[in-house]
Amino acid sequence: MYPPYRLTLTRAPRKPLIVLPHTLSEVTGPVFGHGDIREADNDLTRQHEGEPIGERITVSGKVLDDNGRPVPNTLIEVWQCNSAGRYRHRIDQHHAPLDPNFSGGGRTLTDAQGNYRFVTIKPGPYPWENHPNAWRPAHIHFSLYGTAFATRLVTQMYFPGDPLLPFCPIFNSIPDPKGRERVISKFELNRTEPGWSLGFRFDIVVRGREATPFEGKK
Amino acid sequence: MRAKSKTGRVLEPTPWCTVGPYFSVTVNDSNSVRAIAAPDAKGERVKLICAVFDRDGKPVTDTLVEIWQANADGKYNHPADRQEKSIDSPFRGFGRQITDENGACEFETIMPGRVPGPRGALQAPHLEVGVFTRGVLKLLATRIYFSGDAANAECPVLALVPKTRRATLMALPVAGQPGTWRHEIHLSGPKETVFFDV
Ligand SMILES: [Fe+2]
Repeated sequence: MYPPYRLTLTRAPRKPLIVLPHTLSEVTGPVFGHGDIREADNDLTRQHEGEPIGERITVSGKVLDDNGRPVPNTLIEVWQCNSAGRYRHRIDQHHAPLDPNFSGGGRTLTDAQGNYRFVTIKPGPYPWENHPNAWRPAHIHFSLYGTAFATRLVTQMYFPGDPLLPFCPIFNSIPDPKGRERVISKFELNRTEPGWSLGFRFDIVVRGREATPFEGKK
Repeated sequence: MRAKSKTGRVLEPTPWCTVGPYFSVTVNDSNSVRAIAAPDAKGERVKLICAVFDRDGKPVTDTLVEIWQANADGKYNHPADRQEKSIDSPFRGFGRQITDENGACEFETIMPGRVPGPRGALQAPHLEVGVFTRGVLKLLATRIYFSGDAANAECPVLALVPKTRRATLMALPVAGQPGTWRHEIHLSGPKETVFFDV
């Protein structure tokens, strides 16, 4: 529970979590493959006839586990609003235009070295109803399966230097300042495509699978 | 190789952030998975209805419910399961659905077999469940067991749960509809479901 983010008051569990030693149920999980994605899924600027309005960017990086090992062939799903701060979603009522050339959804698999890459446009900030004059800093939502049920990760990627970050209760619900740094992407000049798009790097660390439990302990 | 930190990790995991209200831009009906088990999968058929509620007992809509389970023989379709049991190809074991205006969603599956738990003791048939919704800041991991299953009494994982709270993990058979089970997930409040730190 994090009271500045109001909805946690009615939705966050309050009783203590039960610590679960990992069994086969937690160290296994769904496996995804190329059948789960289509060709333009990782290029959010090519999903319609025309090009979306906005600053063209790439977001790329590596998925690693907490032992520093690359996580290959893992599914990454992203979603974001358009450059005006509006999601293509029935419950988004923000008074900002929809872009007919932008849906805001993408998916990809990491390669054998754990690398991934998306092409998109920079999302805009948008207001929300948490408190008076509440604004979300620009962000891209990420969902990853990792290697097992217990390594599932849902997070949000932010942009460096965003003036809204200090005011955002969702960003600040991450208790540790170093943790907050880890969800801010880095601008890297060498990831820009000259004359085409700016490049941001976002490396993601999922929890490693614990040593296979109970094997040899029977 | 980099030195391990105090936590025993080389790298600290990326923190969780809430899934927010708009995940169905990407995770939606076109790629949701209702059939955890295809119709020809081995095992006793189960239709599972899950319903999610908040602290005030109000249905929680627009919530992603994910299921992971073993096949009828108690084998996971994953390389880390090295048991000498066979994979049943019409059975993948993964499902994900978004709750409707009643906070509910449905899955088609089979009754899972038993898989080993701590020190090789067999666990009772169960499903692993993840719940993803706005207002929740981290992985909400829970399980679904089947009420009345004799194996529940000897499940080493259920044994970790205080007796008074075990009922929050039990799906109940729906009267008059054989093979149909209903399970309520209460995020908070007096009926709060047991969630696990995985
Ligand atoms: Fe958002």
